[in-house]
Amino acid sequence: MTTTVPPIKDARPGAGERHPVKKRGGGVSSIGLYFATGICALLFLVPFYLIVRNALSTDVEITGENWKFFPTDIQWGNFTELFDDPTVPFAQSLWNSTVVGVLHTVGTLLVCSLAGYGLARIPYKHANKIFYVVLVTLMVPTAVTFVPSFVLVSSLGWVSSLQGLIVPGLFSGFTCFLFRQYFLGFPKELEEAARVDGLSYWGAYWRIVVPNSLNFFAAIATITFISGWNAFLWPLVIGQDQEAWTVQVALSSYMTNQTVNFHLIFMATLISILPLVLVFLFLQRWLVQGVAQTGIKG
Amino acid sequence: MSTTTTRGVAKGRATTETPQVRKRRGVRGRTLNFWLFTGPFLIGLAVFVYIPIGWSAYLSFFEARYTVTPSTFVGFDNFTYMLTNEKFTDSLVTFTVFAAFIVPVTWAFSLGLALMVHRLRFMRAFFRSVFFLPTAVSFVAASLIWKMSIFSGVRFGLANTVLSWFGIENVAWLANPNPPWYWLVIITVRLWLQAGFYMILFLAALQNIPPELYEAAAIDGAKPGWQTFWYITLPQLRATSTAVILLLLVAAYQAFDEFFNLLAKTTWGRPPLVELYYTALGENQDYGAGSAGAMILTVLICCVTMLQGKFMGFGRGEESK
Repeated sequence: MTTTVPPIKDARPGAGERHPVKKRGGGVSSIGLYFATGICALLFLVPFYLIVRNALSTDVEITGENWKFFPTDIQWGNFTELFDDPTVPFAQSLWNSTVVGVLHTVGTLLVCSLAGYGLARIPYKHANKIFYVVLVTLMVPTAVTFVPSFVLVSSLGWVSSLQGLIVPGLFSGFTCFLFRQYFLGFPKELEEAARVDGLSYWGAYWRIVVPNSLNFFAAIATITFISGWNAFLWPLVIGQDQEAWTVQVALSSYMTNQTVNFHLIFMATLISILPLVLVFLFLQRWLVQGVAQTGIKG
Repeated sequence: MSTTTTRGVAKGRATTETPQVRKRRGVRGRTLNFWLFTGPFLIGLAVFVYIPIGWSAYLSFFEARYTVTPSTFVGFDNFTYMLTNEKFTDSLVTFTVFAAFIVPVTWAFSLGLALMVHRLRFMRAFFRSVFFLPTAVSFVAASLIWKMSIFSGVRFGLANTVLSWFGIENVAWLANPNPPWYWLVIITVRLWLQAGFYMILFLAALQNIPPELYEAAAIDGAKPGWQTFWYITLPQLRATSTAVILLLLVAAYQAFDEFFNLLAKTTWGRPPLVELYYTALGENQDYGAGSAGAMILTVLICCVTMLQGKFMGFGRGEESK
């Protein structure tokens, strides 16, 4: 959704300004501050610890009488056991999520950036009316209209298919809107020079505008990928057959299964969050920038 | 754009064309380009957003069970059915209770985190990353940890283990609506997932408060701490606070994942989208009533976003200071 959040001046770690007046002389309050922050940070890390611990334990250790801080005998075999488990097609769901995540991101970026550029920079007398057609869709989050979307997709025969998972999500009014706002601020001189040199709109877009906007594209791509990978409601509605499950639907099925294999469930959870934690750690700069610029997630 | 010349003109054939012709060619070229850029998106928007909503509006006036091409017109029956259906109205109550907790709690907690991280002099990036990290985790994965490990109703759950150190009996966190401990589970899981995200928004806003304000306040004798927070920081964060609260409200309205997974086999604690899921895609596959429910929810959310637009100006960037 839209917000109006002032931009972060510098998203690099530790680059923010400090208020001179706020500096306290006393070391006591500083220790207290670090103590409080540290406690909160520990609490925030507990769930991660639990995932790793349980993923590498046996069921007996997980459910045992005495709390074990960490398994004495680390069970790396849980990993292969998970992929050999026939009840939930976990490998297939990982593959589906990867395909959906990548195509969803590439497709959304392509379609929405082109439209955003057209709306921002190509003069056309009805452009404003068309922009309103896009704006109206921002009023209703897509989650709320999953029943109508399912009705349409099922009549196209796309239930339990990859295109059913990907295509309906590509046309995000909000992403288009973000690109339009961004391109409105893109320096005109660069494009005009390109157009004087004989490039068409299309040529100028690909040769000048996109290469000079890679930061913004990266920020939007990171957010789009994360929300695509973590999406649950739509994949649940579409994935009626096991072959079309994404990793989130597979995880959810573990919670409702008759048999509960704790060590497998947590191994699956660990694997499902690992790609995103890595994306997160390496692309954090863009992510923070993107969040601050757009005020959205998922 | 000020460029009105076409490629041909730029190469010097302009002398053979009257200005009118040149202008018309330019306009036509631009119109074509406009549709070339926006066409794919607009077609997709029409097919996957506008047509479904229109179709659904149509379905909501028909009896449509197990079918999406119904023939029996029932007028407003689906709407009266949904609005008098206790389950559906209960789901709206559930949403209200949920929002009443999650919105203020997340607001206060993420603001608190931001204030703490903002004041750190070293290891700031580290702590910011730690608080932001849960943003990468899906609601499904988090629900799983909460349900199977932290708030597992049996002895080995973390919460019950800690309680047992103090001699407190096991609590059935999710399996019993009386007392409604399941709210604690629902609220904490969302808090863990979202607080870091809103903390980033608050941090950005905190960095934008001019330091001169604090200096001036210090000269005027304001004590750093509670006084400067109450009279400077909080008022300066008003725009961001409003944005955060409305974002939280809209997000709470769409809550589905954690309720669906944490309370899978229960009949309590169903927010609107979960209720709608069971109506339209459960055993009855009642698309007519489901569509009517979707229309009702759409109207409600439109009111909320219009409110948002009124408060913040629909995404009109900079004026929020």
